[in-house]
Amino acid sequence: MELSPDETIFWEYGFITINLTLVTTWAIMLLLVITSFLITRKLKSSIQISRWQYALEIIVLGISNQIKEVGIKEPKKYIGFIGTLFLFILVSNFLIIIPWYSPPTGSLSTTGALAVSVLLAVPFFGISESGLLAYLKTYLSPTVIMLPFNIISEISRTLALTVRLFGNIMSGGMIVAVLLSVAPFFFPVIMTALGLLTGVVQAYIFSVLATVYIAAAVSDKKSKNNNKQLEEI
Amino acid sequence: MDSLTIIGIVSIITAGLTTGIGCMFPALAEGRAVSSALGSIAQQPDASSTITRTLFVGLAMIESTAIYCFVVSMILIFANPFWNYIIAQ
Repeated sequence: MELSPDETIFWEYGFITINLTLVTTWAIMLLLVITSFLITRKLKSSIQISRWQYALEIIVLGISNQIKEVGIKEPKKYIGFIGTLFLFILVSNFLIIIPWYSPPTGSLSTTGALAVSVLLAVPFFGISESGLLAYLKTYLSPTVIMLPFNIISEISRTLALTVRLFGNIMSGGMIVAVLLSVAPFFFPVIMTALGLLTGVVQAYIFSVLATVYIAAAVSDKKSKNNNKQLEEI
Repeated sequence: MDSLTIIGIVSIITAGLTTGIGCMFPALAEGRAVSSALGSIAQQPDASSTITRTLFVGLAMIESTAIYCFVVSMILIFANPFWNYIIAQ
């Protein structure tokens, strides 16, 4: 039994390997880019807009509202990163309704790459918002003794993001594969439907956690000001 | 018993125990979290969206411990390094 789609290799030359994960990842990226390009090619602001534009507006506004609820005041700057994470994971988990498809999020390399991009995005947004020194000072808060613990927490939450997404998606595929050999006709369908639910929840969780981490790095100063205003009131 | 048999027995028993115990306690914890969240929603229906979002994030945090146990038992069964070492010899 295969643990991940990494083991299905199509083409190999030296250290370059093209496996199933790579192929499905690029297919999903092309699908997302081409779909959104076709829809946004003729955007209208009149009363009559196409139904595809409605769908896209619902998605974008929904993501933007979710980011705002976590505590970021201007979601426009971050929706590019967080929305892409959400849509990529969502689509790659949704496509399990297609037979013989194995989701790229069920491979440790994909989820590791996504988590590393979150790990790099947090200091990027933090520095661009409050400057290098102010960002580095957050590692020393509340005291200098907490410096190693802050660094450990950065690494361990990246590891947790990786293994959480991988484990959930991989376990869904594994349960379906086991049930196929035990009760082939009925139960795999139900477990696939449950896998759809898990996939949506995991995509939501991943992007919300990324938003929470970014919000913690970005809005330190502002939230303190807000707290002061609240105390004055 | 040779070492291959011992490694096989220990791996399979440990994999079962890992998933068994590792599912039991996160399930208890998730039950407590959901029940207290339902109680809060019943008391304050206005805050239900915030409570639900926090509940989902917290449930994912709790569930990830169960997932770690599952991944460990999957490694023990399908990608056991000790088993592979003995087989390669």
